[in-house]
Amino acid sequence: MTKLELAQQHGLSPREYETICALLGREPNELELGLFSLNWSEHCSYKSSKRFLKRLPTTGRRVLQGPGENAGVLELENDWCVVFKVESHNHPSAVEPFHGAATGVGGIIRDILSMGARPIALLDSLRFGELSNPKARNLLEGVVAGIAHYGNCIGVPTVGGDVYFEDAYTDNCLVNAMCVGLLKRSDLKRAVAQGVGNKIILVGARTGRDGIHGATFASEDLIGEAEEKRPNVQVGDPFTGKLLIEATLEACRQPELIGLQDLGAGGLSTAPPEMAARGGVGIVIDIEEIPLRAEKMTPYEILLSESQERMVLCVRQGAEQKFLRIYRKWGLEAEVIGEVIAEKVYRIRHEGRTIAEVPISALVGGAPEPELAPLPPGNPHPAPSPWKGEGSERFGARSGGEGRGGGLKQLIQLLRSPTIGSKRWIYQQYDHTVQTNTVIGPGAHDAALLRVKGERFALAVTMGGNGRYCQLDPYEGGVRAVCEGVHNIVSVGAEPIGITDCLNFANPTDPQVLWSFERVIAGMAEAAKALELPFVSGNVSFYNQSETRRIYPTPVVGMVGLLKDIEQRVPMGFQREGDRIYLVGKLSGRVGGSEYLRVLRPSPPTPLPFEREKGAVRRGEGLDELEPTDLELERRLLGAMLALVQRRLLRSAHDVSEGGLLVAIAEKSFAQGLGARLELDDLSEEMLFGEWPSRFVVTVAPEHEGALTELLAGVPYKKLGTVGGDALELGGERVSVEELRRAYETALDL
Amino acid sequence: MRAAVVVFPGSNCDLDTHYVLKDLLRIETELLWYRETDLKDYDLIVLPGGFAYGDYLRAGAIARFAPVVQALVEYVERGRGLVLGICNGFQILTEAGLLPGALAPNLGRKFLCKTVKLRVENAYTPLTRLCREGELIELPIAHGEGRYVAPPETLAKLKSNRQILFTYHGENPNGSLESIAGIMDETGTVFGMMPHPERNCERLLGTGDGLKLLQGMVEEVLA
Repeated sequence: MTKLELAQQHGLSPREYETICALLGREPNELELGLFSLNWSEHCSYKSSKRFLKRLPTTGRRVLQGPGENAGVLELENDWCVVFKVESHNHPSAVEPFHGAATGVGGIIRDILSMGARPIALLDSLRFGELSNPKARNLLEGVVAGIAHYGNCIGVPTVGGDVYFEDAYTDNCLVNAMCVGLLKRSDLKRAVAQGVGNKIILVGARTGRDGIHGATFASEDLIGEAEEKRPNVQVGDPFTGKLLIEATLEACRQPELIGLQDLGAGGLSTAPPEMAARGGVGIVIDIEEIPLRAEKMTPYEILLSESQERMVLCVRQGAEQKFLRIYRKWGLEAEVIGEVIAEKVYRIRHEGRTIAEVPISALVGGAPEPELAPLPPGNPHPAPSPWKGEGSERFGARSGGEGRGGGLKQLIQLLRSPTIGSKRWIYQQYDHTVQTNTVIGPGAHDAALLRVKGERFALAVTMGGNGRYCQLDPYEGGVRAVCEGVHNIVSVGAEPIGITDCLNFANPTDPQVLWSFERVIAGMAEAAKALELPFVSGNVSFYNQSETRRIYPTPVVGMVGLLKDIEQRVPMGFQREGDRIYLVGKLSGRVGGSEYLRVLRPSPPTPLPFEREKGAVRRGEGLDELEPTDLELERRLLGAMLALVQRRLLRSAHDVSEGGLLVAIAEKSFAQGLGARLELDDLSEEMLFGEWPSRFVVTVAPEHEGALTELLAGVPYKKLGTVGGDALELGGERVSVEELRRAYETALDL
Repeated sequence: MRAAVVVFPGSNCDLDTHYVLKDLLRIETELLWYRETDLKDYDLIVLPGGFAYGDYLRAGAIARFAPVVQALVEYVERGRGLVLGICNGFQILTEAGLLPGALAPNLGRKFLCKTVKLRVENAYTPLTRLCREGELIELPIAHGEGRYVAPPETLAKLKSNRQILFTYHGENPNGSLESIAGIMDETGTVFGMMPHPERNCERLLGTGDGLKLLQGMVEEVLA
């Protein structure tokens, strides 16, 4: 085999191989090829995405650390800072759901830990195929069990997330995990190596043969027998992970700690060079010092292993024994494996002999960026549609409300959709009350709320994103992903302060995938700029496609909000008989893209991403079209909502999202079993089930109606009815809250 | 009075329990490393929830050999003070033979985290002295192995000695024998329960019912 063939086996293109030879001034040996293959993988290098990611705003008054570290950091109150990031573990979870999801959780926890923060909450965004498909059910069960296994044992509460079931995710399920950590500003750490002669220590678990080439594996389409990829999946051990948290938090309190980093994708082949790049130094590693789990491992296997629960520290020389003692007290491995050098190279030695040496600048940031231009989908689509059964059947004719009751029967059907219905079956398997800070937990509201012991303020956290919207209109879908996060945070009464994002897409070497990527980012950037929200961390996951299916473009937005006074928190559900119900925000819009159309008007999804301003394709009666978000209205709406919170006028608040208005109202009735008498003049499906943006349903005490409408000056609103009874009443129809609840709560009982 | 919360490798409710004793009940409380064997200074020792030793093999099966648990056996024999095992702590106490019966995997085979209603079956114990007999309280559960099991003669003894402290009210979430959620030993100094009192000690987090259980233990010591 020639070197070039070997390079291609490592997932490197001929152009990349040429670049490597030019950077080294010679041909790389096999170990060096391995180093390049991981450092230059899409997963680690962001080579296809970084030119687009530049559009996202990353600055703001609370930003202490933006993208580029293991996680983003925002300043809160009283020197407290919040650290957060989301990461995907899609490919491993599709192949081996239990361990794939478990190690995803472990990895993101260590990203937070490596900033010096104690992890305080986990969230997960999951996407699977339709539940009627046994493969999707198996993946769901495995993924949920894996998240539970790791998160529960490690003692970090899983407080939120979202789940969708759509055919597009049948072959490539999505598992995005977000972790939130808390620390004092003075305790903030960075993933940096500095100071010539300072020591590099490897801590945690031993290094084994598991997960070799995991990052490269995540940078390819998922094709062929998934079984063959099993050896690429790492196995996690939450018990060791828990010990690593406690030992590392102890290590972080020592002044001699220079920097630390998790060994995630790429293991020892990527973490030390990244630390060296940040510090402007080089690192030498003596490979025989690394504690091994298996016998006769080659240097290649050792460097490329992705064994879990390992971290690298850089500590001041002379202090190394202190750190070894801390980790060994917790029963963990800890060895000095190398040191910082002035020459900016990553040098691997074996018994004193150099066996690989690569300039840091070549490994980190040296990957050539593909020059592929994004291409909007034409019409007709040049490629065959990935959806079977695509036909001319369109959504049925629209009909008004007359003679069809108030839509409550349709509401029951909608509540039974697993995407809409209660996710209790999932979150009951997660410990969400450990650490005793969960004031609002999963299933209870749009966002979770965490107190900080001894402080007045609280943190709101949420995570989600609707891929179908992005499939129909990537720009508008991107806008909505950000706005939906904002609404979730505002519903509990908190002010949104920052974003982490996980961008899940198909193969980026397809110009149309790249186009949807660009448009989603454009939409997210526009919304974030309008609402003054920085992106402080994130992750890109490409290649989520098989021979027959590609996922919807799926941005997942994780968001953190600050509630300055926890006593100002707003519940989601109806609180008191006689309270008035108001719709606040945008008062009319389309039904396009809604779950209602998908569930009650089944038709194959549109195979092409359409975009409004490109004008191009209009189908049927515009049922594929999303109502555009008016960001100016959005701004005013959020300002008004936060003013209402501060004046303590809201008895409850809930954003209107998937399922539309009636689903939001039904969810509000579940909290206390209180019903509502609704007086709507417009009973169209647009009104009842449309998913148009910029809306909240709120309740106020009757005596506060005047104050509410006064504060809403400039923001449209409409009275919907009165809280009361034990049923929803609308348009002459009446359905008990119990019946609605039964439909909602059994949607996902497996 | 002095209290200790034991820290095993893998404990994860240690800090939560410590917070309630020290910051809410204002009791001098230490975190006690699992290698410690000198327990004579403590009036109350809590084995917190979590996954000691990763719950490998079986919940509590390895932790029972920890030095601190060996010392605890002697502590109990001498009647030095009170011992409370919560969740994983309860599992460890049954594995160590300090409490009768065992905790088997939930009937549904899945980890279960939710708030449950409990009925106080015996209000005349240090743990329940601030409750009324038959009172319903709310506490969170979070466990995969919480199904209480015991042979018939043990059950009969538990009943005749009034050692059953709490039963699940309404739904039996894990399939426990006779819905048993918490018990004590014959001496009335060792207590075990699957629900987590430390997770419901403030109105902010629920009803606050857990506080009176822990406060009861403290008042018993101070009485």
